[in-house]
Order: sequence, then C-alpha cells, then structure tokens
Amino acid sequence: MKPLSRKQIAWRAAQDIVDGSYVNLGIGLPTAVAAFIPADREVLFHSENGVLGFGPKLASEPDDPEMINAGKEQISLLPGGCFFTHTDSFVMIRGGHLDVALLGAFEVSETGDLANWTTDNLEVPPGVGGAMDLAVGAGSIRVLMEHNARDGSPRLKKFCRYPLTAAGVVKRVYTNLAVLDVTPDGLEVCEMVPGMNLKELQALTEPVLRLSEDYKELRVPDLE
Amino acid sequence: MLDKRVNSLAEAVAGIADGATVLCGGFGSAGVPDDLLAALLEQGARELVIVSNNAGSGKTGLAALIAAGRVRKIMCSFPKTGGSFVFDEHYKNGTIELELVPQGTLSERIRAAGAGVGGFYSPVSVGTRLARGKETKVINGREHVLELPIQGDVALIKAESADRWGNLVYRKSARNFNPVMATAAHLTVVEAGRIVALGELDPEAIVTPGIFVDRVFSMTEAR
Repeated sequence: MKPLSRKQIAWRAAQDIVDGSYVNLGIGLPTAVAAFIPADREVLFHSENGVLGFGPKLASEPDDPEMINAGKEQISLLPGGCFFTHTDSFVMIRGGHLDVALLGAFEVSETGDLANWTTDNLEVPPGVGGAMDLAVGAGSIRVLMEHNARDGSPRLKKFCRYPLTAAGVVKRVYTNLAVLDVTPDGLEVCEMVPGMNLKELQALTEPVLRLSEDYKELRVPDLE
Repeated sequence: MLDKRVNSLAEAVAGIADGATVLCGGFGSAGVPDDLLAALLEQGARELVIVSNNAGSGKTGLAALIAAGRVRKIMCSFPKTGGSFVFDEHYKNGTIELELVPQGTLSERIRAAGAGVGGFYSPVSVGTRLARGKETKVINGREHVLELPIQGDVALIKAESADRWGNLVYRKSARNFNPVMATAAHLTVVEAGRIVALGELDPEAIVTPGIFVDRVFSMTEAR
C-alpha cells in the first residue's frame, strides 16, 4: 500500500471539476489542483481578493505586486478575466455563485463539520480570512488533507476538536489514502489506494466507515 | 470650483483625531496606502482603531503605527502573515486588541455603513465562536447572525488614477477593499498614482465616483 503524494491528492481532486465550473481554491494543497485540470475542460478560478479567470504567472512577465491571488502568489489574468472589489468578490462567494470550493482542513467530522481556521495556539494570532464565507456560500465544499495528523491521530472525527469553521458543509474529502463522501448516513468510502482494505482504513479513522456501492480503487498517475 | 486635491501628505491626514476608526485599504501588500500610513505616523494621532484585512507586514506602514503604540485595536480577517512580526509581538504581549472578522463579513459590514443600513443577517460564522453573543434569526429555514455596520471616521485609500473631483480607478488586484472603504468614512483620503484632467477617466470605467472622496493626494503632483 502506497499513500498518495500531495500532488497526487491534488490530481485526484482535479478530475472531479467539471467543464465550465467556477472554482475557488484555498491556500496550500488546494492551490496545486489548478495544474491538473484536464486540458479539454474550461474552468474559471476565483480569488477572494477580487480576481476571476486567472492562471499561473507567465515566466515572460516581471513580478507585479498588484497581481496576486489569495495566497499572495503571483498570477496572470487570462483573456476574459476581470478584477472587482471585495464586496463583489464575497457576493460571488456568499451568494452561492461559485460551483466548488476546494479547501484544506485540520479536521472534518462525519456530519461534514469543517475545522480549518485555528488550532487555538494562544501564542499565534488566529486568522480566518475567507474560510467561513467560502464554507457557507460555495456550491460544493470539498476538502483536501492528509488522512492523519503528524502524530498519527485521525483527522476524520466523530466531532471536530478544533473550533469549527462551519457545521455540516463538507461534501467530499480527498486524502492520501482515500476519497470519502459525507452522506446523511455518515462517511462513505468511494475509493482507497490499491492494497488498502476497509479494516485498515477504519483503524486510521474515528467515525464508522462503510463502503460505497460504486466503490473502486483510487488510481492516480505517477507524478513525481 | 470642486477641487479635492491637497498639496502635501500632512494636509492629506490633517485633523485625524485620537481614537479615530481608520479604514485602511489593501490585501497583503497590494493596494495599501503606504504613503498615507507613513503620514499618519508623522501626524501623531493615538488610540486608533484600524480596520484592514491584514495587520501589517515588515516595519513600515501599519506595522510602524503598531510598533509606535498608536493602535489600540485592529479589526481584520487575517492578521498572521509571513511578515506580521510586529503585530504578532503586540498580540502576544496583550498590548493590542484583535477583533477577528470573516473576510466577507468585514467587507459587507463596511458596505452597510457606506450604504446607510443598520446591519444585515448572514449565515457566515453560524455555529462558530465568531458568532458568540450575536443575535440570530432563522430566515428561509436557515440560521443567520446579525452583523452591524463598521463606520469609519477616516478611510485611507490607494488608487491608480484620480481626477480633481475624486473619481477613482484602481489597478489589478490592488482594488480589493479600497472602493468599499471609500464609501464608509466621514473623511475619505486618497493616495493616487497620478491625477488626470477631468474627462480623462473613462466614465464607463470609473470604479469610485468622486462623491465618496474628500481629499486626493499624488506624489507626482506634490509641490
């Protein structure tokens, strides 16, 4: 059994973005998804700081401090892309105009509760950014994260231990071991990496898992 | 004659009082009115309440105001960034108050003040600690929390181009909070990359109509 690399998690999430979607990518792992959207699909990316329709920075262009995404990375505007103010950006987010938001998380509960904004370390100022707005407003909330924390503890929980970003919003979770859907009956395993069985995945997960009727192996290309 | 141009940074920030609530444009380092913030440091107002997406970076601008002990409270969505060591230190020592506001709620609370409405109900933050103590209401079967306006005494704005009536256009992602903040303060002060003649800005492309603006300063015009 070989867990997915971070790139492979991003690749898998990218395959579920349908042609013509408006998508917001969270900071960190979700940002990597843009590179893996299949070439025959036209997907428009939204950045909370007021950009719609952007791509990676062009190597031929100099750095521009006023051309950044939410993660403060350099970007370029695609033909047809546009700029707008924060108020309109969050009209898009909160008003349900985005089809998908891909977010990172510390924890997700079996009912789709999301915890991704603070670990309650009192030494570090908390930051929420647009996480709560996205979690409540985007059409489909999907999370990309490692299946387990560094100490091995499960990130998929019965109840989140960290403070919530929003309750009951996550629809699908991509981890380095599996793809899982949040259903009214709890977490359903759609795909697992080759060589892993439900009993092994269950041992690394807090809530009770069940296998989807459409279960298949989680197959991704070698991207390293 | 309606001429909102001022000739110096000192004139641009003149009259900002101790205890003022200052709306400050920018997201990361894009669209931050750095020259106006430097002028505010020079000007001397104390006990300021700063409303801004971030809490400053490096040692200049907002960070310099915080380092000088001039900021009592900051309202923002994302204070901790790569370069926010000045804010981080003051936060750790308890010498600055933080009100954390979700980013879209921050912009909409500012919009509410500019639009003259007494607040709004939002589903954002429901069930989280950021909704504690807030009035809630179920609307169309969904729980909402009441969010109140954030009125600025002053707004510090960065634009690319302005004219003497205060019409503004912005550049790329430097637009961010600037247009909404320009609507929501008793005194709106603009730092513009350049000032052009009336009629030179395409009327179909003006983002901030001059009615929202009180003072315009540009380094390129400074005498």
